[in-house]
Amino acid sequence: MGPLIPNGIIPEDWNYIIAIFIGFAFGYILEASGFSSSRKLAGVFYGYDFAVLKVFFTSAVVAVIGLYYMDYLNWVDISRLYVHPTYLWAAILGGMVMGVGFLAGGFCPGTSLCAVAIGKVDGIVFTIGLVIGIFIFSESFSALEPLFERSNLGHITLVDSFNLSPYLIVLVFTIIAVVAFYFSDWVRTKVKKVFY
Amino acid sequence: MEKYKQKNRHVYWNPYFGGFLLGLLIIFTFYMTGRGLGASGALKSGVVTVVHTIAPEHAENNLYYSKFIKEGESPMNNWLVFEALGVLLGAFLSGAFNNRLGFRVQHSPNITSRRRLIFALSGGVLFGIGAQIARGCTSGAALSGMAVLSTGGFITMLSIFGTGYLVSYFFRKNWI
Repeated sequence: MGPLIPNGIIPEDWNYIIAIFIGFAFGYILEASGFSSSRKLAGVFYGYDFAVLKVFFTSAVVAVIGLYYMDYLNWVDISRLYVHPTYLWAAILGGMVMGVGFLAGGFCPGTSLCAVAIGKVDGIVFTIGLVIGIFIFSESFSALEPLFERSNLGHITLVDSFNLSPYLIVLVFTIIAVVAFYFSDWVRTKVKKVFY
Repeated sequence: MEKYKQKNRHVYWNPYFGGFLLGLLIIFTFYMTGRGLGASGALKSGVVTVVHTIAPEHAENNLYYSKFIKEGESPMNNWLVFEALGVLLGAFLSGAFNNRLGFRVQHSPNITSRRRLIFALSGGVLFGIGAQIARGCTSGAALSGMAVLSTGGFITMLSIFGTGYLVSYFFRKNWI
């Protein structure tokens, strides 16, 4: 039963080789979906291109349905999967800083790596910015630590937060995503086309 | 043929197809490793390694760097670093197949490339800081978090996109 490497079904030695293959597929999918183009990514905020919304939510919905179905079939133990911990204020404030960074820079770290790979100079400069940002954060960590460590709610999921069945949450999430897809197509017909 | 290629440079996959494959990849990643995808983590390992090499004492005394320094093991010896190398390879190949390789600055015709690069740099700095505060970026926190219904993943996602829409007015000249 999965996860295979933590459960010792596939030896730990394979971990880094699998990492390269997974990264390869990740980079290929992002680039082929147009995520190496900052103007395509920014389209989601101005209504002229909703590729980000569609790729992002389709993948999240497919992944969450798939993982819960595999858990139901006993192929994977979902309680053994790593849940990103919730530090309430760090999640909100970090997200806000990233939101401004996204609009200014036009990339996020994964997509900027794709842009670097195909030679986009704006992607290379953004990635240099990321490195500087990580350095600034680390050097000022003593000042930021209270924010970073504050309001630790642990590895909680929406199942804990809303006290509902995971299947119901997945259903609602899927409905929201499908409605968002239809809505984005409607918005796009109302917005002036941008060619890039 | 050359003309056909030029014309199709900006033709990308159907977003639902790309999203479906990405979803399968996330499932595969969790099934294999028990964890999700990431991107900013590899850059963090790079920063820790450089600082630790240049100023070992400084890095060990810093509460943040020291979290990622282990005795006798390079911080580059990390799953996310190998994954990021794969990302570069995969994106390069996709770009090569579709004739998208080449050094150029992409920007709106309404702004200069200089302005684009200044904004790209400052956006990168902010994103780098934000991704450390939230313990992950759009891949590690938002996408991989949402795949296992992490509350923090959903909050980070809403915060990134919500803030993006709030400030989009101020950056409109750069994009439309």
